[in-house]
Amino acid sequence: MKDLFVVAIVVMIFIIIFQIAKASEYVSVLKGEEKSRKQNNKINGFLLICFLVLGLIGAWYCNELYFGKTLFPQGSASVEGEKIDLMLYITFGVTGVVFIITQILLFWFAFKYQEKEGKKAFYFPHNTKLELLWTTVPAIFLTVLVVFGLKYWFKMTGDAPKNAVVVEITGHQFAWDMRYPGKDGKLGKKSYKLYNQPSGNTLAVDFEDPESWDDLHTTDMHLPVGKPVKLVINAMDVIHDVGLNHFRMKMDAVPGIPTTMWFTPKYTTEEMKVRTGNPNFVYEISCDQMCGKGHFSMRGVIIVESEADYNKWLASQKPEYFTLFPNKDPEKQNQATDSASITAKPIAQVMPGN
Amino acid sequence: MSTMSLQETAHHEGHADAHGEHHHHETFITKYVFSQDHKTIAKQFLVTGIIWAIIGGLFSVIFRLQLGDPNATYPWLEDLLGHWAKGGKLQPEFYYALVTMHGTILVFFVLTAGLSGTFANFLIPLQIGARDMASPMLNMLSYWFFFLASVIMMSSLFVQTGPASGGWTIYPPLSALGEASSGSKIGMDLWLVSMAMFIVSSLLGGLNYITTILNMRTKGMSMTRMPLTIWSLFFTAVLGVLSFPVLLSGAILLLFDRNLGTSFYLSDIVVAGKILPNEGGSAILFQHLFWFLGHPEVYIILLPAMGMSSEILSVNSRKPIFGYMAMVGSLFAITILAFLVWAHHMFVTGLNPFLGSVFVLLTLLIAVPSAIKVFNWLTTLWRGNIRFTPAMLFAIGFVSLFISGGLTGIFLGNSALDIHLHDTYFVIAHFHIVMGVASFFGMFAGVYHWYPKMFGRYLNNTLAYIHFWITIVGAYLIFWPMHYEGLAGMPRRYYDFSNWESFKMFGGLNEFISLVALIVFAVQILFVINFFYSIWKGRKVTTQNPWEANTLEWTAPIRPGHGNWPGEIPEVHRWPYDYAKDGKDFIPQDVPVGADESKH
Repeated sequence: MKDLFVVAIVVMIFIIIFQIAKASEYVSVLKGEEKSRKQNNKINGFLLICFLVLGLIGAWYCNELYFGKTLFPQGSASVEGEKIDLMLYITFGVTGVVFIITQILLFWFAFKYQEKEGKKAFYFPHNTKLELLWTTVPAIFLTVLVVFGLKYWFKMTGDAPKNAVVVEITGHQFAWDMRYPGKDGKLGKKSYKLYNQPSGNTLAVDFEDPESWDDLHTTDMHLPVGKPVKLVINAMDVIHDVGLNHFRMKMDAVPGIPTTMWFTPKYTTEEMKVRTGNPNFVYEISCDQMCGKGHFSMRGVIIVESEADYNKWLASQKPEYFTLFPNKDPEKQNQATDSASITAKPIAQVMPGN
Repeated sequence: MSTMSLQETAHHEGHADAHGEHHHHETFITKYVFSQDHKTIAKQFLVTGIIWAIIGGLFSVIFRLQLGDPNATYPWLEDLLGHWAKGGKLQPEFYYALVTMHGTILVFFVLTAGLSGTFANFLIPLQIGARDMASPMLNMLSYWFFFLASVIMMSSLFVQTGPASGGWTIYPPLSALGEASSGSKIGMDLWLVSMAMFIVSSLLGGLNYITTILNMRTKGMSMTRMPLTIWSLFFTAVLGVLSFPVLLSGAILLLFDRNLGTSFYLSDIVVAGKILPNEGGSAILFQHLFWFLGHPEVYIILLPAMGMSSEILSVNSRKPIFGYMAMVGSLFAITILAFLVWAHHMFVTGLNPFLGSVFVLLTLLIAVPSAIKVFNWLTTLWRGNIRFTPAMLFAIGFVSLFISGGLTGIFLGNSALDIHLHDTYFVIAHFHIVMGVASFFGMFAGVYHWYPKMFGRYLNNTLAYIHFWITIVGAYLIFWPMHYEGLAGMPRRYYDFSNWESFKMFGGLNEFISLVALIVFAVQILFVINFFYSIWKGRKVTTQNPWEANTLEWTAPIRPGHGNWPGEIPEVHRWPYDYAKDGKDFIPQDVPVGADESKH
């Protein structure tokens, strides 16, 4: 009943507006079409200038309301992201000036040169000097933006520093998985055909490769503050995207084509809670590439902490090899800890195709 | 059809009254359904486009309801959508289907077919002085392929697993694997087949437009005397003819991957616990093929709006368009550059950084011809004698939106900044303003301006002004604040943000945007009512040239028959922008140059 009532009101409003519009057409015919056209012209000219003034005030007001909620007042949480912030401010400066000048000219001209009795328009078909002016000036400004942009782009997409912490992140519908290389600093090989859910080998790691034996498999990402981090990015099923808005970083996760990105976290999670004034602050990993019905819930968490805390956390994690093959776990078996003495034989049982 | 018989038809129809549909060999079917008259085909494209626009707009209103208040339930939604809105709450699968169909419908069916299809068909013969298109038959087929594409796309809305739901960009593997998403089942096949039909339609139309413009201009109508509308429609057709086939090949390969077990786009995939045998393909390959059309597509949408706005700004400023040759040159530059920038949509796919840098340079180069156009439009207004017809207001609105949306393109085209802004609401704001709303404004300007020529009647002015003011204010209210959401990194295509510490503070803003979207949609309905009501009941056009414009279509009868001019086609003696010249308000193109006339 309520729905019907709402529909009836909406229909009524439409009919009323429509009838008023019809009536105004008859009025304009009675008044003389030329006269009412001129009246309309004045009204719309006035509205255009109002739109300009209120629009600029509105843009300022919108900035007051929402700029504080963007990530920029608190600064980038990564060293490399600071370059992006700087680029953003430069681009804001340049485009902001152009925006204000052109919008003012547009609406001001429209208002000022509205039709007036006895006035003639000015015949002004072209002017080479003017046209060259607004070809070259934008070209110069754009060159500046391109030069700055590419300088930072090459720096950010270049090779990660040698001492970078390596973490592998793998996206699948609809979650993230992390893999740490362990003490040897090397990630074990992977092959998607080794994927085996019942055995728990959901990252398709090749456990015949000894380098995989000390790898850690976690769901949260822990990172040490102040050290460069290199992410190796994989996807199991469809394209995902590792979006790290606080670090100003983003890279697609493409099945079959591993990608990388690197950055240096500047603040620990605890420091960010203070900086943002939000006690619930957490670094989030958002999936930024449409990946199916759970796309919006594909959330990961990064905990940035001091190097000591980070090392403590690393030490507390058990290598995936030992959780998948408990009989190989030295703590349980009390066997020799020399990894070379661990044979790879039993693994064959859990590998498909063998 | 030979010129002779066309002239005859024109001659007869010129004398026929408005109700003469039974005249000679014309039946209802040949005149209104399988018509070969470019004007009727244009109206068919326009009406189909309007129907699609209502559907596409309604979809956005429904998913905005979800974004505005993710916890609300709407019982009527369940009545409307059944199990897709269980308990009155939109399901995520269907939310994504709506987002996908909204994009597909608006980009292809409304702003490509509805815009180019309408105005290229309507204006090209009338403005260059031709009796019809080079091939009226292909022209008719172009509409009916579009109709077929429409029927197939529409039918995909009713299949049990739902329509395509992987985004309008249909990136594989998501779009290739039914296991990955219910929208990637039969709905996706229908999407691809529909798009194949659509591309055929677009190619038939495009070839026809190019051929007609190059070969069928009336005497005296040299290329440099063509109105800017014709130039823009010409470049639009060139863009479409050269880029749509690439999407067609991409779509066919995707159909093969889906149904024939090929691996063009698939490799190393484990989906829903199943290890797929596909190896050696590249998911990124599809993105290259897609964006090789996808980027020119932006200009296919935008150029006609630019051309029509140029024309309307000049007519209603009573001044020549400023820098005609620069306007043509910048259209040409945009057309060339449009083919060389596609990978700027792919900066974060792991693209080679050097390749990325080339695309940055070429992308930002587009800003130069765009800036030329903006400053030339501003100078056209300067010292004019401006009449604010509804068309003129929409053209001014177009320029305003083109500036606002164009400038944010400078952020996104710069790869370093794009790393942060890619796939956020900043992108949504950018392309909705610059190609969505701006092109709609160009289209509205065109409809208001040429409606009297199409139907011999005017649209209601008061409704038109209400339409303009609410739409422009609403468009800015909807999309301007979205830039801020994007700066916070808020990703697009999210069903619900309330579980995200980084994004949930925009809940109130999202509610506000949804409310404004609802109002703006309602006002578009007002426009549609005005459109259909005025076809039969609008104020009649009584003068041949109601806007006092120079172009040739206004030398034709108020309601031109098939063949456009009852007698000889007028000869052209001058460019179309002789306004305010030598103290005369306007000098139509078919007026011979006087002996003492000054040169421009």
